[in-house]
This record gives sequence, structure tokens and C-alpha cells, in this order.
Amino acid sequence: MNQKKENIDLTDYIFKVLRFNPEKDKHSFFQTYHVSIHEGETVLEALLDIQDHQDGSLTFRYSCRSAVCGSCGMTINGALALACKTQLKSLFRHEILIEPLPNMTVIKDLVVDMEPFWNMYKIIEPWLHTEEDAPEKERLVSPEDMKKIDQYINCILCACCYGACPVLARDEEYLGPAAIARLFRFLEDSRDKRDLATIDRFNNQKGIWGCDTVFQCIDACPKDVRPTDGIAGVRRKYLLHRFRRLFRLAK
Amino acid sequence: MINHDVIIIGGGLAGLRTAIAAAQKADVAVLSKVHPVRSHSIAAQGGINAALGNAEEGKDDSWEKHAFDTIKGSDYLADQPAAETLCREAPSVVYEMEHWGTPFSRFINGRIAQRPFGGAGFPRTCYASDRTGHMLLHTLYEKSLKDGIRFYSEWLLTDLVIENGLSRGVIAMNVKTGELEAFKAKAVVFATGGYGRVYEISTNALINTGSGIAVAYRAGLPIEDLEFVQFHPTSLFGMNILITEGARGEGGYLINNKGKRFMEDYAPTLMELAPRDIVARSIQTEINEGRGFEDSYIHLDLRHLGEKKIKERLPAIREIAIDFGGIDPVESPIPILPGQHYSMGGISTDYFGASPVKGVYAAGECSCISAHGANRLGGNSLLETLVFGKIVGNAILEHLEENASEENTTALERTLNKRRNWIKELLEKEKGERISPIREKMRTTLSDKVAIFREKKSLTEALSEIEKLKERYKKISLDDKGLRFNSDLHHAIELEGMIDLAEIITKGALSREESRGSHFRLDFPKRDDQNWLKHTMAFYSDEGPKISYKEVDITKYEPKERKY
Repeated sequence: MNQKKENIDLTDYIFKVLRFNPEKDKHSFFQTYHVSIHEGETVLEALLDIQDHQDGSLTFRYSCRSAVCGSCGMTINGALALACKTQLKSLFRHEILIEPLPNMTVIKDLVVDMEPFWNMYKIIEPWLHTEEDAPEKERLVSPEDMKKIDQYINCILCACCYGACPVLARDEEYLGPAAIARLFRFLEDSRDKRDLATIDRFNNQKGIWGCDTVFQCIDACPKDVRPTDGIAGVRRKYLLHRFRRLFRLAK
Repeated sequence: MINHDVIIIGGGLAGLRTAIAAAQKADVAVLSKVHPVRSHSIAAQGGINAALGNAEEGKDDSWEKHAFDTIKGSDYLADQPAAETLCREAPSVVYEMEHWGTPFSRFINGRIAQRPFGGAGFPRTCYASDRTGHMLLHTLYEKSLKDGIRFYSEWLLTDLVIENGLSRGVIAMNVKTGELEAFKAKAVVFATGGYGRVYEISTNALINTGSGIAVAYRAGLPIEDLEFVQFHPTSLFGMNILITEGARGEGGYLINNKGKRFMEDYAPTLMELAPRDIVARSIQTEINEGRGFEDSYIHLDLRHLGEKKIKERLPAIREIAIDFGGIDPVESPIPILPGQHYSMGGISTDYFGASPVKGVYAAGECSCISAHGANRLGGNSLLETLVFGKIVGNAILEHLEENASEENTTALERTLNKRRNWIKELLEKEKGERISPIREKMRTTLSDKVAIFREKKSLTEALSEIEKLKERYKKISLDDKGLRFNSDLHHAIELEGMIDLAEIITKGALSREESRGSHFRLDFPKRDDQNWLKHTMAFYSDEGPKISYKEVDITKYEPKERKY
């Protein structure tokens, strides 16, 4: 069951990786590594090759290596992407610049502190809100209704959108694209019965109105989620809820 | 010293389901070497089995039939009460996940959709397109946020502390800071997943080092049936990323270089949907006998399913084939070959997930309750995490009621200091071998010599190579001498355990002179119920694993020859 790995053409790449270890470095710096590797391999495989054969101190996160766990978001030649999903040949150059995700504090090298991202995700209460007791079997949902949330459930929480967001770059208290899109995933779920009054607290510039609608998050998403659509959707649903509330009061 | 009632090691499906159950009444913390949503459960694709009878062709399905399929699939090595529990509780845990928000795919009538899977008599596999693990794990993580479960993310377990046959707690390293901590707990749960990365060719996430099983082994717990290693029939040629059994469940064909659906020669009734051990061996035989492509792979052909069905039912598979294989399954067949996929064996437990050491439990892939015996059916592993996670969580609540807190922390402190010195010495060591050549040699040894087809000669060679690796490991040194997020140190700690597991797998395989389920000996090609209808139990010793055997628990399904 061996796979032939010999006899394949190797290409020489130069990796310039932004490194920083607060334990000993005053400033971050680029370190250069030369790697000979097949161009069909990914950036993650190249980084692992460096870690295995040249420098065990190079630090980055990874897990599934198949674009579903969301661990290895980073900046590759200036664009935010998953290292495991980025084939070397897709970069069309042999010098590759690797930096951590923006908008988060560096813990070491390419590993950033994702706590702020997780906090925003948690704050929108990302679980199904239901009133009645659960039925004996499943709740019935039509395939069409399931389809409405299809693109949003594809999110893998990699934080590429969070790193790409210009609003977060200037305001770290902004909820961010992933969290608001996740909120929309629940608002669009026919089973979710949350009272929209619970999102009054996001009715501000730190919340659902913060987005500049410049679509950076859509470009950055490796899973074809369109967070901006989710943000627009939450705004639409919330406004409708407010209007309805006003009309109820007026009666 | 950190103190919780219950410490759960691992934040995948089994760990989180255990945590949610135990947190109803106890103070629970989940400790995971990665953030929970990065766990390997996320990569599960095809689905979760439960006899719901939602499909038209599934009306006559029942949990008893599911149990029979599971036991037959196990080549009769499963402990039958465990398989029965797995299947009886299946509908309730699937409904529970639906109630908590999992976006299962639906039939037109709104019910959870079900597809055919290998070794199953009915369409029994519930799914969320082909990203079922992703959907289940996000749901459970979100439920655990709701329930306020405490997480220690990016903490690596290093030691389990047992004293006088009683669990005292664990030692773990905060990866971000490199600091070691002792965790005092009345119950410790292993939910640490499999060891796929002991092999070179594996569908598993790179984090699947089996480190939890290894820590339990070093602490003296019995490790059961580790020679039963599942090779998934269809991993993508090159990167070995999983291509779900659901692709065949939806109607995909396996084709050799003669253009033939060769499964008709091996399993004429079930064809591509025979159990995994049989399909994987058939594919490997085709490749070995020259009927593969480039002597390396065969084709999984989905083209006849049509673009609409592929995009609807298998969108992630299409994405994987395009991104990692450079081919669109709508237009071309997918090149596939078998790859290590799952561990039937693991930490030996009773039917409630309790190990022989009081206060230590295991659930999910790292455990061996033995619902899967010698071969697991597709769709039963996600099921196992939920059914037994829930059972273990509840069993622990019972255990907590009966056992008062243990105040003696001397053993914990002793182990903490020992591990702290071990790390200090390793970091200070200037000269030695780097760890990656040792790890590579281990992986290629297992993939070459302890794979689908085994025999005495290659297994013996593998065992002596592993001996050498153990010696080489003693002389390692690290590139990274710091404490902060030191991956080099993290890998070094895990490598010691990986070599242990490689040794247990190989020794168990060498000892078992028969063929059963996933374990196939070229020199003993028949199942031998007379001598080998028993579980392997491996215990740690300084000289390597000590092997003994345990009876199989048979209730009402008499062992018969498997025909599909």
C-alpha cells in the first residue's frame, strides 16, 4: 500500500516566515527557509517539512490537513487562507511570505491568541433556542428550510474573516463577521424560536451595524461562506422585528 | 493544583458528550490539546447509524437488526451486550442531537434523511450531507458553551496518576506557557481518540497520535485488541484524505484498470457496500495483482450519479477531490487506495466505560468497550461517541455519589515533579537525535509491515525495528529549548507513547495466529474460533507489553462464517 513518492519533480521554494517568540525576541523578524518540495503539495506540508527537517522551533497550529478543522489560518503572500488548502503551485511564485493572522495578538510565530474571537462567538448564544419540550422524535424540517442555512453551517471557525475585517482592525470590541453570520444561521433555522429582543444588545456599532460592507470577509473565507450576507440578513430580520414591535405598541 | 470533580481528556464528540452528561450535577472540566472544534471528530463525513426507519426501504429496520449487522461486521469479536447497547440507544441520541440543533439532511417529509452504508441491511445512516462530524461537533461544542462547561484548551496530558488502585488525577502541560499543572479529580475520562499517525498512510488528522491511550498504558491500564486496525477502503491517492463510504452508499462504483466493478469477485451480494475490512482487502488485492492504476490506486467512480446528486449529497467530497486531488468527480473518477482509518482497540472498559482502575473511564475511539470487535461498520463510530459518552457521563455521577473526595495529593505532586524534571533535562540536552527521523521510521515501518496483509516475518522485523526506535528515543534532543508553545517538546512527549502503541499493535498482531476482521495473516488466512475467539489484553512492563487474553461476551448471536 505504499504510494510512490520518489521520482516526482521537486521545486525549490524560499519561505520567509514572520517569527516572534516573546520569551526571547524584542521584535518580530522574517526567517528564511529553503525547501525542495513538489509543487502540488500545500503550504502546510511545506511548513511541516521545515519543522521536521530544519527547525523544530517553528510554531504553527494544524490538525485535520483537509480544510475542515479551521486550525491553520494564516497570511500567505498577503492573503488570508488555510495553509492546508493552499497548494504551492496556486501561488504562482517561488518566494512565499508567511505571516500570522492579523487582528489578534501573537503568542508565538504563527500562533495567535484566538480568545477574543471565541468570546464573540459565544456572546451571540450559538445554540438552538426553543420554547416547547422536545418532541419524541425529530422536529420536522423541510429540505428547502434546511437549505437556507446551508452556506452558514459550512463555517469552520478558522477566523480568516476575523483577521481580514477592517472594522476589527480599528475596533477590537466589534462582534466580527463569523459571529454575526453564525447568529444569522440560527435566526434562519426554522427550529430556532429566540426572541429577537435578545439581540437588542447588538443593536449598535459594536454589533450588527459595525460592518463597513467592504466584503473582505467573503474574499478571505476558505469555505465559501458569505458572512456579509449573514450580516445583512440579521439587520433585515432585526429591523422587521423592531417595526413589528412598534406597530404592536401603537395599537 | 487545579481541582475538579471530573476531568475529561479530549474535546471531540466523546469528550463533549460525556461532559454534557456529567455536568448536569458535577463540576466538570474538559482538557484538550487543541481547541475542541479542532478535534478529529470534525472530519467525520458519511453519517451516524440509527434504526429510525425513515427511508422507504428502511421501514422494517430495527435496533436488533442493527445489532446483528454490527456483530456480524465485527467478525464476532464484539462483546455482544456492548453492540446491543450501541444500537438500542442509537435513535435516542440521534434525536437528542437534532433537538440540540444539528442540521441533519432531510427527506421531503421533513424527517432525518438516511442513506445505505457498508455492511448494513437497511438505509440506516443519518447524515448532514457529507459533513456529519462537523455538524455534530459544532452542535455539541455549542451545547457545552450553553451549559457553561469549563475548558482547558491547548493543554497536553502527560501523566495519569494512580495510587492504590485509585485514580488521583492527571498531570498536564499548558502548551501556551509550557507550565505543568496537577489536576486533582475524583473521576478522569479518556476521550482522546485514535492513533492513526502511528502509520505513514492514514486518513486521520495530524494530531491523532493516540497519546491518551499511551498515557493510560504507561499508568498500568489494560489496552485491548490494539492489533485490530481499520483500513478505510477509500482514501484519496496522494494525501490520503478520507473519501466517505457515503460515496459508495449513494451508488459509487469501485473500478479496476480493466474497467471492471471488481467487488463482484469478492462480495457479490453487497458489492461496494461490503464491510470495510473486506472492501479494503479487495482493493489492495487488485493493486497488488496488477489491476490498479500506476500500481498504486483504483478508481472510485461517481460520474453516473450525476452532477446534481454529487453536489447535493457529497459537496465536501467534491471539494476535497478538487482541492487536494485536482479532479472533479462530476467529470472524472477519484483515485483511491486504502489508508489507516480507525482503531477498534483501546483502553479496556466495562459496559459503562469504567476501566479496572476506580475513577478512570474511557469513551469513543480511544476506548475498547468492544462494540466493534475486529471490524467496525461505517457510521458506528460517531454513534459510539454519543451513546457511550452519555453512558459514561451518567455512570460518573453515580460514582461521585458513592465516593468521597480524596485529600491525599502526595502522588500527584510526586508525578508532577518527576515530569517537570524530565522536561527540564530534555530541554537542557545539547546533543542528540532529532525526533522527526524516529517518527518517520516508525510510520513507514507500520505502514509497510503491520498493514492490511500481515505475516510472521514482516511482523517480527517490525518488532525489532520498534525495539531500535525505543533505544533511539532515549537519546533525543530538541531544537526548541523554550517553554512557550514548544511544538518540538509536545511532539517529543507524544512520540514516546506512539512507539509504545506501535509495539502493542505489532506484538498483538504477531501473537494472533488467525485472520479475523481487519486483522489478516497471510500465514493464517482462516478465522479460528477454537483458539482465537478472545480479546487481546496488553499490560505495560519495562520489557514491553505483556499479553494476555479475555473471553468474548456472546449473548444470542452465534459466531458464523461471514458472507456478503
